Amino acid sequence: MQKKNTNRSVIQIENLSKSYPPDFKALNKINLQIKHGEIFALLGPNGAGKTTLISIIYGITNPTSGRVLVNGKNIISDFRATRAIIGLVPQELTTDAFETVWDTVSFTRGLFGKSRKPSHIEKILRQLTLWDKKDDKIMTLSGGMKRRVLIAKALSHEPDILFLDEPTAGVDVELRKDMWEIVRGLQKTGVTIILTTHYIDEAEEMADRIGIINKGELILVEEKATLMKKLGKKQLALELQSTLQKVPEQLKKYQLDLVNDGNCLIYTYDTKAKHTGITALLSELSDAGIKFKDLNTSKSSLEDIFVNLVKETT
Amino acid sequence: MNIEAVKAIYRFEMARARRTVFQSIVSPVISTALYFIVFGSAIGSRITEIEGISYGSFIVPGLIMLMVLTQSIANASFGIYFPKFTGTIYEILSAPISPFEIVVGYVGAAATKSLVLGLIILATAHLFVPLQILHPFWMLGFLVLTCITFSLFGFIIGIWADGFEKLQIIPLLVITPLVFLGGTFYSISMLPPFWQTVSLFNPVVYLVSGFRWSFFEMADVNVWLSLGMIGFFLTLCMATIWWIFHTGYEIKD
Repeated sequence: MQKKNTNRSVIQIENLSKSYPPDFKALNKINLQIKHGEIFALLGPNGAGKTTLISIIYGITNPTSGRVLVNGKNIISDFRATRAIIGLVPQELTTDAFETVWDTVSFTRGLFGKSRKPSHIEKILRQLTLWDKKDDKIMTLSGGMKRRVLIAKALSHEPDILFLDEPTAGVDVELRKDMWEIVRGLQKTGVTIILTTHYIDEAEEMADRIGIINKGELILVEEKATLMKKLGKKQLALELQSTLQKVPEQLKKYQLDLVNDGNCLIYTYDTKAKHTGITALLSELSDAGIKFKDLNTSKSSLEDIFVNLVKETT
Repeated sequence: MNIEAVKAIYRFEMARARRTVFQSIVSPVISTALYFIVFGSAIGSRITEIEGISYGSFIVPGLIMLMVLTQSIANASFGIYFPKFTGTIYEILSAPISPFEIVVGYVGAAATKSLVLGLIILATAHLFVPLQILHPFWMLGFLVLTCITFSLFGFIIGIWADGFEKLQIIPLLVITPLVFLGGTFYSISMLPPFWQTVSLFNPVVYLVSGFRWSFFEMADVNVWLSLGMIGFFLTLCMATIWWIFHTGYEIKD
């Protein structure tokens, strides 16, 4: 049965800080709400605090101050209720070596307080194309297969919230696409997904909302579409019929860039603006006798936005 | 109480013991049999009876204690250290399970393995020497309490250790000498008075003495004092484990 996304918060993070002696602040007063049923991507450079943040939510790291509520319950005072509905796929390939796939996935289900349910374990293993490997020892599996085992473990107790900490680091393109499909499938069943990633195209492809964290501070949280619209820029590239030495004086107001040895003019414009200036530009180009053989437009990617934002805060 | 989690940890640990049955059961049994052959038959035949008990029979309780102590520590310390070493401890720490339940799962499994081992060694001893158990319930009580107490102690070592060397250092450098000097192969009444007094500072003396009393009604110290010492050590281990989980020592940032 599919569940609809709502605006109900499933995770509320309030003034969360984490410090390490002598004076390193891994997280500084983070405030964030994760909505039910969304895919939230947390982006940030190495050491930004992504893993620390999610480690606090699922209980591996103690916060220095602040609090986290999961479904309105405190993760420390009501840890049984909160942890029971969280699944985690860790960044590192931390698996048992000598256990079989079936045993290790069943073990995790038990740890989370669920009685044995072979039909559910079978369903997950089949979904993750691990069924043929169910009796294999984990040490005999490839890195990609081990990653699938970690996902199977995280899903073994039917969590409502799934943390994916760099889930596709070091996996091949095929597995990456498979995992995206799985994540989308989980979202359709109402699972809330929090994803940390280095692959910005992954966030662009998957996320409903994006948070950017740098140096322990959450510098931005935005709907992906809004973010792209707000901070994204569009460019018009005009391939010229003949080479230009410089941008003519009458076109200076458009702040054009002459690139590709004078064979291409680039016009950057604001997508939010009422008048983009394209019509006027094309008209003035014609007046100036500049002819072009082709044109195309491109939009800045999430990666461009991310890099710019992180640069600004550094 | 998260019973399913306790069962999961317990089953997981017991499955490991079944996979490594040679290391867990066969190897200690062979070692004990060698002790019987060397001390019981070869050397023991030249030693006179101790308070009416043949030397071969006399050393049985001590040998069982020797194996149970060392195996309880080894099983429990490895059980919790290995997930720390591989990183899979994250699962335990992020599961809806209390510290008490974690301890029950790991220590319960380690103590069960040691108890089974102790009973197997007892049965093996029957093959070599005549045995009588005058107080079977006391015997079983001492055995169970020792298994639990030293499995708790092993659990603490497993949490404390940050490498395989540390994992071995306490059992090898502290426990083994204490056990050998704790009256395993002799009665401390056979020592000169000064060394008898020194031996009373060795906690293992109380365990071996109480356990031996349950077999032969022969003890170096009062049986209630033996029981009290086990109780004291058990409480000390539980308090330490409570502190470990309360502070997150060596397991949480």
